[in-house]
Amino acid sequence: MTIQPLLTVEQLTKTYGEIQACDRISFSLYPGQILGIIGESGSGKTTLLNAIAHRLPIDSGQVTYHNSIKPTHLAQLPEPDRRRLMRTEWGFVQQNPRDGLRMNVTAGANIGERLMDIGQRHYGNIRTAASKWLAQVEIPPERIDAFPHTFSGGMQQRLQLARVLVTQPKLVLMDEPTGGLDVSVQARLLDLLRSLVRTLNLSVILVTHDIGVVRLLAHRLMVMQGGQVVEQGLTDQVLDDPQHPYTQQLVSATLLP
Amino acid sequence: MSYVAVKGGEKAIQNAEQLLKAQRRGDATVPELGLEQIKQQMSLAVARVMSEGSLYDPDLAALAIKQSWGDLVEAAFLLRAYRTTLPRFYYAQPLETDQITVKRRISSIYKDIPGGQQLGPTFDYVHRLLDFKLAAENNQSDYPVGEPTEGGIPRAIDTLNPEGLIQSETADDVKADDANAENDAEIFDLTRQPLELPAARDARLQNLARADEGFLLGLAYSTQRGYGNSHPFAGEIRVGDVEVVICPEELGFEIAIADITITEVQMVNQFKGNKTLPPQFTRGYGLTFGYNERKAMAMAIMDRALRSKEFGEQIQGPAQEEEFVLYHSDNIEAQGFVQHLKLPHYIDFQAELNLVRKMRAEYEQRSAMENGRSEEIGSEETGSEGIDSEGIGSAGIERNCRLSPIVH
Amino acid sequence: MNTATTNLTEPGFNFAYLDEQTKRSIRRGLLKAVAIPGHQIPFSSREMPMSYGWGTGGIQVTASVIGKSDTLKVIDQGADDTTNAVNIRRFFKKVCGVKTTEKTTEATLIQTRHRIPETPLNEGQVMVYQVPIPEPLRWIEPSEPETRKMHALEEYGAMYVKLYEDITQYGHIATAYDYPVMVNNRYMMRPSPIPRFDNPKLNMNPALQLFGAGREKRLYALPPYTTVKSLDFEDHPFSVETWDKPCEFCGATDSYLDEVVIDNEGGRMWICSDTDYCEETQKS
Repeated sequence: MTIQPLLTVEQLTKTYGEIQACDRISFSLYPGQILGIIGESGSGKTTLLNAIAHRLPIDSGQVTYHNSIKPTHLAQLPEPDRRRLMRTEWGFVQQNPRDGLRMNVTAGANIGERLMDIGQRHYGNIRTAASKWLAQVEIPPERIDAFPHTFSGGMQQRLQLARVLVTQPKLVLMDEPTGGLDVSVQARLLDLLRSLVRTLNLSVILVTHDIGVVRLLAHRLMVMQGGQVVEQGLTDQVLDDPQHPYTQQLVSATLLP
Repeated sequence: MSYVAVKGGEKAIQNAEQLLKAQRRGDATVPELGLEQIKQQMSLAVARVMSEGSLYDPDLAALAIKQSWGDLVEAAFLLRAYRTTLPRFYYAQPLETDQITVKRRISSIYKDIPGGQQLGPTFDYVHRLLDFKLAAENNQSDYPVGEPTEGGIPRAIDTLNPEGLIQSETADDVKADDANAENDAEIFDLTRQPLELPAARDARLQNLARADEGFLLGLAYSTQRGYGNSHPFAGEIRVGDVEVVICPEELGFEIAIADITITEVQMVNQFKGNKTLPPQFTRGYGLTFGYNERKAMAMAIMDRALRSKEFGEQIQGPAQEEEFVLYHSDNIEAQGFVQHLKLPHYIDFQAELNLVRKMRAEYEQRSAMENGRSEEIGSEETGSEGIDSEGIGSAGIERNCRLSPIVH
Repeated sequence: MNTATTNLTEPGFNFAYLDEQTKRSIRRGLLKAVAIPGHQIPFSSREMPMSYGWGTGGIQVTASVIGKSDTLKVIDQGADDTTNAVNIRRFFKKVCGVKTTEKTTEATLIQTRHRIPETPLNEGQVMVYQVPIPEPLRWIEPSEPETRKMHALEEYGAMYVKLYEDITQYGHIATAYDYPVMVNNRYMMRPSPIPRFDNPKLNMNPALQLFGAGREKRLYALPPYTTVKSLDFEDHPFSVETWDKPCEFCGATDSYLDEVVIDNEGGRMWICSDTDYCEETQKS
């Protein structure tokens, strides 16, 4: 029996005027897999992430999501369905937690929002779920009524994860999730991510410029430069035996752990 | 019980109206102000009332000013309330403002321009000294008579055309950004259709033309101080008379129905270019009834500021926020809603009173319980409670209300 | 309701002030509003001889549907004798010459601000509400294009976030008036700033209920017998205010009471806000 990919991206292209932000990008993502996308800023990796989620219009190509029933072409999905998909089976984790959280409502409401979006109307149940997810992301559940601005940067990022994971999405897109964090805080978040991905059987597309992050988390790796994928393969293979000069440069510029 | 509810609202309203009329007239021994006097000697007030009242009729504007004790916003409101009862017979042809009989015309981007600079009557270079001679009556002044300029005056900023340095502008551009327009040829009519956003340029210009002068002035000023950067130059300002022409379908030919005085301003703004447009100058347009340069200039700056999205510029200030500007510019709407707070609100206040009492009791109960425990009090703000029903709405829903936006 | 152009008391103006074309265009908007209960319909609101914010939306709706045979009642805060109610009634007397009444049962058309009469309405009656801010999501999402989208896609989760926060901080939903409702299980609607005490009267009401927001240029409607549900959580159900005392004039225990300060020593009494209901109860 062959395994169905969860997501296939074919020939995805996005330009900004003269600039090719994403040039005919294709790949497949399988259930439970973590795909790292690495490259310098301006390489097109964040644009690719946004294009996959159709948060910005694409020029050509196709993104297909294979849920349990039938394959869905995202571009053909009516907007209500697409917005619903993004609130249920998909999740998006922003680099800056302030962009992904509602800063002026409590932690509990932040986590509960996606549940209320999909029609849950029992206050007690919503709180129970919020407490459970706070614990899952290693935030003391008694902080449920605290506001995000009273949290540290690492806690805010974990809260953002809980907010996204509460609907048990199948696919999570992450844009530099460890970006603004101290090294020790980063390490804790990476550990948490690794265990959550395993226990929840998440599929993840992870955009970062940090080789340490992909080495620790990603099963497969795509290296982007100037809007093109210059190299891809199993993470260890790519990092230990880089073929493309750009990858070689990236690897040699990074201190090995 | 000795209490008797207040009655007799109708009588009170009638008395208020009588008082208003009597005090408007003032001391009966002082001669009454005539409409012709207002029209002739307070013509800039008349111009403002016509613009914001959205009706070109100096006689009615003068009447409105007299009736409103000289309150120009109230006068504009009177004019609007009247104009709403008038049927619309025709839409005029676009004004040919290059065929203007010019009273004043300047450009600040060239020392001299084809057609010439003409200062005309202006406060600009007058020393603002109170003229005590004017306090005496019987003032007569001679004035220099120049050659009337007729038969077409070219536009100063068109001199940039041959080099392609000024953004070209066609009739289609007015509708270009309105994807929902059912019929491109049809010009939006703010007096007959509700404003819907995003607004095309025709809707925007109509809104700005009727907008409160002070509101536009302050916003235009804000762009010059860094809340949105528009780099404006006064390309051309012209004041004068133009013909209004209609072309009734049943006649099939054009007829001139009036001459009106207008102020027209074209601002030019430097633009560094974007993905699709090369670096060039862009335009902002302002037009008012009568002589009202300050308003027309502010309008032109605001027209350009509101094109930020169209040119892919970053939104840096409220003056560039279409929804903020267009929904709050109309002083007839604004004065009504601000002043409606004078209406009785005792039912919603009662509801609010009940709620605040209840929350206060709970609060005191909580603090009594927590007293003794040295709990850290969080820094969470609770925000201010709603005060009025319609402005802020009820305490709970609107409290610290705007959820920070989330991109889905 | 027919519109006629005779029997004017104020010369120079059309029956009910607005010209027939404008009235027709408002009625077209109202028909759309009735067809999609709770959905906001943009309309070409006109300047009226009263200020925006003073009931121009309700006045335009009334002007568009009123006919010569109608009997009009106007209330503000539940009372027929508040200055604003008097003023609006006086206006329609002037431009329509119709019969007016203070009795809820006699009225065919009731224009209101901030209350629904205590006396149950009947089939054939029309309620017209003056609406200051029609958009229930306005305080959650300031952008009009975005709130339109949220209604279209029925994305109301953010509103429940607000209610969740209220319960978390106060133990109950801290909204006293203009309490949002779901109409016909589809559209979220602001009922205008009526106290939430009145919300249950919106539900399955035999009368036609029309809402007009003049400054904001929106119409919406509840056709007779439409389900209207106040927002709540299953374990924190919607509830209304109660008083531990009856009206001091009529003794009613089922009406919305208004607190009146009667002296400088903080003396108070509680009386019905609905003046007609209070009088009728006193008589019986």
